[in-house]
Amino acid sequence: MSAPHRPVGDRFRRYRTGRGGGEQLTVPPAEFTSYYGRPVLKPPVWKWDIAAYLFTGGLAAGSSLLAAGGQLTGRPALRRAGRVTSLAAVTASAYFLVNDLGRPARFHHMLRVAKPTSPMSVGTWILTVFGPAAGVAAVAEAAPWLPERGALGVGRRLLPGVGRAAGLVAAATAPALATYTGVLLADTAVPSWHEAYPELPAIFAGSALASGAGVGLLAAPCAQAGPARRMAVAGAALELWGAHRVETRLGLLSEPYRTGAPGRLLRAGRTLTAAGVLGALAGRRSRLLSGLSGAALLAASVATRFGIFHGGVASARDPKYTVVPQRARVDRRAAQG
Amino acid sequence: MPDADSRHGPLDPAPDAGWTDARPRMGFFTDTSVCIGCKACEVACKEWNDVPGSGLDLLGMSYDNTGALTANSWRHVAFVEQPRPAAPAAGALPGASAAAGPQFLGMPGARPPGRDTGAQTRSDFRWLMMSDVCKHCTHAACLDVCPTGSLFRTEFGTVVVQEDICNGCGYCISACPYGVIDQRRGDGRAWKCTLCYDRLGAGLTPACAQACPTESIQYGPLDELRERAAHRVATLHERGVPQARLYGHDPTDGVGGDGAFFLLLDEPEVYGLPPDPVVTTRDLPRMWKRAGLAALAMAAAAVAAFVGGSS
Repeated sequence: MSAPHRPVGDRFRRYRTGRGGGEQLTVPPAEFTSYYGRPVLKPPVWKWDIAAYLFTGGLAAGSSLLAAGGQLTGRPALRRAGRVTSLAAVTASAYFLVNDLGRPARFHHMLRVAKPTSPMSVGTWILTVFGPAAGVAAVAEAAPWLPERGALGVGRRLLPGVGRAAGLVAAATAPALATYTGVLLADTAVPSWHEAYPELPAIFAGSALASGAGVGLLAAPCAQAGPARRMAVAGAALELWGAHRVETRLGLLSEPYRTGAPGRLLRAGRTLTAAGVLGALAGRRSRLLSGLSGAALLAASVATRFGIFHGGVASARDPKYTVVPQRARVDRRAAQG
Repeated sequence: MPDADSRHGPLDPAPDAGWTDARPRMGFFTDTSVCIGCKACEVACKEWNDVPGSGLDLLGMSYDNTGALTANSWRHVAFVEQPRPAAPAAGALPGASAAAGPQFLGMPGARPPGRDTGAQTRSDFRWLMMSDVCKHCTHAACLDVCPTGSLFRTEFGTVVVQEDICNGCGYCISACPYGVIDQRRGDGRAWKCTLCYDRLGAGLTPACAQACPTESIQYGPLDELRERAAHRVATLHERGVPQARLYGHDPTDGVGGDGAFFLLLDEPEVYGLPPDPVVTTRDLPRMWKRAGLAALAMAAAAVAAFVGGSS
């Protein structure tokens, strides 16, 4: 008789214990039963495109708010940078969203219905309003390059007004664009996303503000960057609060956000956010320091989005995160009679 | 307390979905106590629905090489092979038998297990078999979150994907609390059991139920199946099988009860089923509220940043 076999399920389990740089887990390894350690849920089939979309969508929203603020308070550098970034980011968003579909050629089937029970449908319609508005606002920035006479001259005269209106439409839609993605992830059976539903929209709103502020700090001269600094502080506060909550409040379901690659990404996001805010506050007179802190805020937003995305994916891959909390719920109900 | 909200709370799904000529709700009752693991259901399903092969997968864990419900396996026969008696010892808690998890029994050989090792090293073991399938939930998360309307509720109360509409966004896959619906590789669309919608319309029995040699898979009006299942559980309890229990039959559970429900001989997680599945859209109103709050906070922060001064 050979040596006793380990339960075969061990081979399928993806425990992260013993990895992650010797970090002490506050949640002890959970005892649970599963079918050979195979996942109960199907892990999200979304590729990295969706994590990238979370960033570009937030960036588009944050920078269009920056642009509208610049437009209304007479800060042309903020307006221009915000509008151009917003268009670039929303274009990238559309690419990522369509590219992630199993059948990209059928993306327009999203426009067959409008369903409030489907955050993806709601998001499609938000993007349908936001995208063209952001596009028109950005195109209006090209008005001064048009000739003064002829048909294009009419465009030169009309575009700034149209751009102002479109910029306001985009800014009015922006908060919805930045926060619906929190519901998009939470309205799934993925344990660590679903249970984090109170915080995800706040994290994404904060991250969007911080990345929009990052664009302002990178692009605007110090004289115009004051609002961007304040936006950075507010966004960072929201983002750090939300991330701290999901990393600590969810018990076992916080574990995927603290361990492995998602844990490293979220820690990097936190460090970069803090560095970005400090740099923004310290660098009021330094163009270089402002620019660096803007870049740090953008990088922080990327890291946070990918961290939240991959934390959820990790929680769906391991049956522990599905079975243990549900079993506890059943046992609690049974104990109450 | 019945709740008229279709995302949670008992109701009849087909009339709720707008069918004025809804038929009685049809479903499966899968009695795992008589399943012999022949996989006729898996094969019949593939044959009738023209589901492509999954390739040759040897998972190295048990006689189950299908592994899970996937886009290419709309029925999946789970084999729980464990060196322990099927019935728990007297006085043991119902859940205690599940603590150790499935164990590897070695490669099947030409001689019976334990023949060469002496009587002392032999252990009793159990084979629990269970033919799993899409649950056709009363409150189906996949259907609620589908952004194209590709998933729809049939007049029989079942849930079906329209393959010519699905654009492969994958949202239903993450939303399913049972991990049923899946994306097909090389195709990109989501696929799952249709409860043989085409056969139902013609008054036929679904292929898996038709092929099942032991009537482990029973098909019929859901009300009738629930009665039959309750009767079967009572019979098993009388015969000294106290661990028999129903799963997915209760219209007050987290998904409003399943159109396909099961008689199990152990805890659901032993078979790879979630112990307490909840429809993902149950918390959706609260989620939208939180998103609204976050959006307001965001707008307020942006306004404050610009009115706060010029420096």
